[in-house]
Amino acid sequence: MPKNEKQILEGSRAIALTIKNIGPAVVSAYPITPQTHIVEDLAEFKADGRSGFEYVRAESEFAAASIILGASATGVRVYSATSSQGLLLMTEVVHNIAGLRLPVVMTCANRAISSPINIWNDHSDVITVRDAGWIQLFAANHQEAVNQHVLAYKLAEKLRLPVMINVDGFILTHSYEPVVIPGREKIRKYLPAYRPSAGSYLDPKNPVTLGAFFTPQDYMETREQLHHDLVASLPMIKNEYQAWKKIFHPSDDEASGPKTPGRMNIDNGLISYYGPQKPDTVVIALGSVIGTIRSALRDNPRIGVLKIKVYRPFPAAEIATCLQNAKNVAIIEKAVSLGQAGPLYTDIAAGLTEVETGSLSKYNKRLNLKNYIVGLGGRDVTEKMIIEIAKDVPKKNHYLKFIGQI
Amino acid sequence: MNRPPKKFLSPGHNACAGCGQLVAVQAVMRGLDEDTIIANATGCLEVTTTAYPQSAWGLPWIHSLFENAASVASGIKAALKQKKDGKTKVLVQGGDGGTYDIGLGLISGMWERGENILYVCYDTEAYSNTGIQASGATPYGASTTTTPKGSESIGSTQAKKDMLAIALAHGLKYAAQSTAGYPDDITNKVKRALDVDGPSYLQILSPCIPGWQINNDEAVFMGKLAVETALYPLLEYKDGILNASSITGSFRAKPVAEYLKKQGRFKNLSEEDLKHIQSLADANLKRYRL
Ligand SMILES: Cc1ncc(C[n+]2csc(CCOP(=O)(O)OP(=O)(O)O)c2C)c(N)n1
Ligand code: SF4
Ligand SMILES: [Mg+2]
Repeated sequence: MPKNEKQILEGSRAIALTIKNIGPAVVSAYPITPQTHIVEDLAEFKADGRSGFEYVRAESEFAAASIILGASATGVRVYSATSSQGLLLMTEVVHNIAGLRLPVVMTCANRAISSPINIWNDHSDVITVRDAGWIQLFAANHQEAVNQHVLAYKLAEKLRLPVMINVDGFILTHSYEPVVIPGREKIRKYLPAYRPSAGSYLDPKNPVTLGAFFTPQDYMETREQLHHDLVASLPMIKNEYQAWKKIFHPSDDEASGPKTPGRMNIDNGLISYYGPQKPDTVVIALGSVIGTIRSALRDNPRIGVLKIKVYRPFPAAEIATCLQNAKNVAIIEKAVSLGQAGPLYTDIAAGLTEVETGSLSKYNKRLNLKNYIVGLGGRDVTEKMIIEIAKDVPKKNHYLKFIGQI
Repeated sequence: MNRPPKKFLSPGHNACAGCGQLVAVQAVMRGLDEDTIIANATGCLEVTTTAYPQSAWGLPWIHSLFENAASVASGIKAALKQKKDGKTKVLVQGGDGGTYDIGLGLISGMWERGENILYVCYDTEAYSNTGIQASGATPYGASTTTTPKGSESIGSTQAKKDMLAIALAHGLKYAAQSTAGYPDDITNKVKRALDVDGPSYLQILSPCIPGWQINNDEAVFMGKLAVETALYPLLEYKDGILNASSITGSFRAKPVAEYLKKQGRFKNLSEEDLKHIQSLADANLKRYRL
């Protein structure tokens, strides 16, 4: 296979091939739709001798997460993938991994959560671990998913923070798109072999105690530190995104449009924005639905589209910059914090607070902020819906709507 | 070479004075060498030995959660395998709550995988750390904070789960039982377990001072009485076959009342209840006789 050649691959295959080339030492997983193809592909690579990792078959997601936790604590690179109920079953371990500052990388093939049981896509699963202390990346297409997996390991190992890559179940995991898989050498150039520092992992030569008992005297500072380290990672994520782009050219962002006067074209690893400098409306979303949004609104010169690629740490300042000249904002999302609103909506509303003073920012007072919940449990999000949403945003009506059909 | 065990678990922990679990742990440590990594479940042992910024552990040691120590150990083992480290041993330590109850599925998974890991269960017959609530290891008649004795209750009326049989059902090459009354037996069993290439299980009855309502100089004594009454015999299975037992030809069991009457947790038992518990010991005499 010549270098940088595009292949038509299933999303899961593209992710599995990327993981193969990254070369974790230990993989452990438990099957759940729509994550299955990723872990089946990895098992196949192992069975064929194409990959040398330990593939530890777990009896539950809870165990799988704990197995990679133990391996990571022993100083090796690890990988797992899950979805929905599996992620929820892992919850306790997911929080624990972050508290232990282990550089675990995991893919979440996003799917709705039960009850009612439903195997199709939305973002309800990952939202339940939003606050666990992981870096949360969202991919909008196959190439972005591939690139974000490489980025994830770099960030995890540099920052000692776990990273989750979110890919929309079925929409990305089971669809075929042209994609370029970075080869081992290319990855190696960017992501050196993982060598944790002595004293940071379990090793008889250097006995350490990990996971000690913290009293009120010390607990709070470790949580504060984790928060600060996450927030402080924002500029590094940008830098690492650019560094990878220099080595590996296939762009993961079809946003990049012509640099015409009056239009902004930002793509920095945290967000991407394409649209007018002074938009009437900005539409914001996470994940693959951004493709539908861009396509639906491509002919509207008054609307900008903002894709959020990093959800935790939350790139509030970047988002605020894109909204500074807007009048209306439509936050379209595939999750709801039941009893409140869409989680991204509440994050953006909070993110528009002036950092230095705590007062509502100048944009916030002027902005018309609307929240549209779409696509729950795999409901199709159509271009027509997006166009209707765009028409609805400027209207003075209820801020929160569930758009199931139009 | 064996360094002094003090190096592995220093005395600066804050377990209750006279804690039987700590006696058992020290005996386990004497069976190890420095090429050992420990995965520990939540419970008294973890809480009393690692109050940050101090740690009593001189071996590489990790605590993740209450119920996942077995899986964490599997991960450690997999990582060691990738590092081509065939020398470092992996030890899991958990209480009866973490073993019989909440962690059981994960232990089963670890045993299924056949990994060379020693799992040690310190059986206090209750959730000691959270205030002596009943577990699957709580014996018939014991009063705990969730099975309290009262005018309508003698305490727990459930039978103690047969965890050793569950271990054996997984085809373990080595499975054994001991008590804090016999520290040398514990140490020897740890060494023999580590000699086996494959998963092994050691369960140690660990008298708990507040849990059993005994004096703080009685833990070792209670560990001995449990064996002498045949309620908790010293047992060793190799390849599924009973290989050593404290119940041999000449063994004569003491009446269980001698053991029960010294513990506050059994204060509410009727003659009927004593008879039932005696029948459990009698059954052990048949089942575990060598
Ligand atoms: C998921 C979860 N549930 C409950 C607890 C609370 N908890 C901590 S230790 C413990 C009991 C431990 O009992 P055992 O395993 O027998 O160990 P011991 O303290 O008796 O040595 C419990 C219930 C917890 N930490 N995690
Ligand atoms: S409560 Fe029981 S097991 Fe826990 S430290 Fe005290 S004596 Fe030991
Ligand atoms: Mg206990």
